[in-house]
Amino acid sequence: MSMNNEKQITAKMMSFVQALGKPLVAFIVSLGYLSQFVAKSVYNCFMPPFYVRLLGRQFMNMGFYSLPVVGLTTLFAGMVIAIQTYSGISKYGAESAVATVVLISVTRELAPVLSALMVAGRIGAAMAAEIGTMRVTEQIDALVTLSANPFRYLIAPRVWAGIIVMPLLVLFGDVIGIFGGYVVGIYKLDFNPANYINNTMSNLQSIDIMTGVIKACVFGFIISIMGCYHGYRSKGGAQGVGEATTNAVVSSSILILIFNYLITEMIFSR
Amino acid sequence: MSENKIEIRKLYKAFGKKKVLNDMDLDVRQGESLVVIGGSGTGKSVLIKCIQGLLIPDSGSIKIDGHEVVGTTEDIHQKMGMLFQGAALFDSLSVWENVAFRLLDKSKMSKKDAKLEAIRVLRQVGLAPDVADLSPAELSGGMQKRVGLARAIITRPEIIFFDEPTTGLDPIMADVINDLIIESARGLGATTLTITHDMASARKIADRIAMLYQGKIIWSGTVKEMDKSDNPYLRQFISGSSHGPIKMEV
Repeated sequence: MSMNNEKQITAKMMSFVQALGKPLVAFIVSLGYLSQFVAKSVYNCFMPPFYVRLLGRQFMNMGFYSLPVVGLTTLFAGMVIAIQTYSGISKYGAESAVATVVLISVTRELAPVLSALMVAGRIGAAMAAEIGTMRVTEQIDALVTLSANPFRYLIAPRVWAGIIVMPLLVLFGDVIGIFGGYVVGIYKLDFNPANYINNTMSNLQSIDIMTGVIKACVFGFIISIMGCYHGYRSKGGAQGVGEATTNAVVSSSILILIFNYLITEMIFSR
Repeated sequence: MSENKIEIRKLYKAFGKKKVLNDMDLDVRQGESLVVIGGSGTGKSVLIKCIQGLLIPDSGSIKIDGHEVVGTTEDIHQKMGMLFQGAALFDSLSVWENVAFRLLDKSKMSKKDAKLEAIRVLRQVGLAPDVADLSPAELSGGMQKRVGLARAIITRPEIIFFDEPTTGLDPIMADVINDLIIESARGLGATTLTITHDMASARKIADRIAMLYQGKIIWSGTVKEMDKSDNPYLRQFISGSSHGPIKMEV
């Protein structure tokens, strides 16, 4: 083999290693930035001043205005589960099975996960876009020059709203989702309403509700943090803000699914 | 107290391999209006951001009233005000809430008093009281700059920074803003540091001009001295010629 060939192979291998290494280094660097951002955000959540008015506005945006989308999502999820359980599991003794499966799947999984994914798309994107625009128009710098800490003014109210509002949305989603199953059960599958309600209530366990609520707290934190993080670090004008918005939704959705598995395993795998 | 309000020594800031500020020295005297001129991308904004603590320099010292501010945890912004290039008004707040931001946030003034004070300062910069309740998005560029100026001066700061105050304005509005800058700075007795590449604005508002080139101050003096100077870099910049020692990176 000639020297030239050897050199070419070495060069090709080097560029292959570089191609692998570059994104890995970039990933580790961004993980470092994210950890720093999370630590700073959590610290500032507990430091005065607390902007109550801004917190109220975030409650409205994230909570009240998300009610329709969460309601619709969980309603149809509950309805689908009722039909699938009926057709899939067994038509004998279905009355009890459908009510139980709807209850468990809605409270443990569907309400928290689907609501969180919808809120990530609705609110996480909006947070990234708003904070990103503030970054590129120097409004965040302006906050600093006016002696206001951007982490306390912008990030803390959003993080608190995420942690407090998501569980409330999920409880609302639980009720609507179970109602969806009930509607299908009664009007489509001709179950007895009293029996259906009785089956639901007798299988209702606090662990199911609590699992959903714990998940919701974690998901709310993820949505707010990822929305704020990508917005805060956005640069380069409109394109940068657009990228921040996409990244916020994609990263929070993936993290929601990963943490959903981890929390489920922690609580139920024993 | 030293005579210099701001004292910068060996300030160094690089982004990757690009040295933006390269061991830069600069003094801003008490009560003077210093204008830093220089082409786009010469590090003027980085300089102002380093002084304000918005960027952390890699090395060097910045002293305000003799106190080191690089790496300090103290609130150095109490005695500073800043007018941003794009005004940087908060679009979630009304005009008066923007102007009175500091009064509401730090001084804990009542809303009613803060609004009255905001309207007073808005009048000072030539805006009618009915502008107070509008949102910043409803204002023209010139009006936004005025509101930005009102926000910068409402707490009577000792130092005011102006980042390209006339960029994006028509020549007449630019001159109005220049007049307002001079009036408000004189009225407060404030030290001002302006960065611009608008020579008409620099001539009007400067007590002293400094030229930034390749991360260093390469010339400084009064407007009269500038007109007499035979520094080729300065001459090229003032005349706006593409021929000369300054090569633009394209």
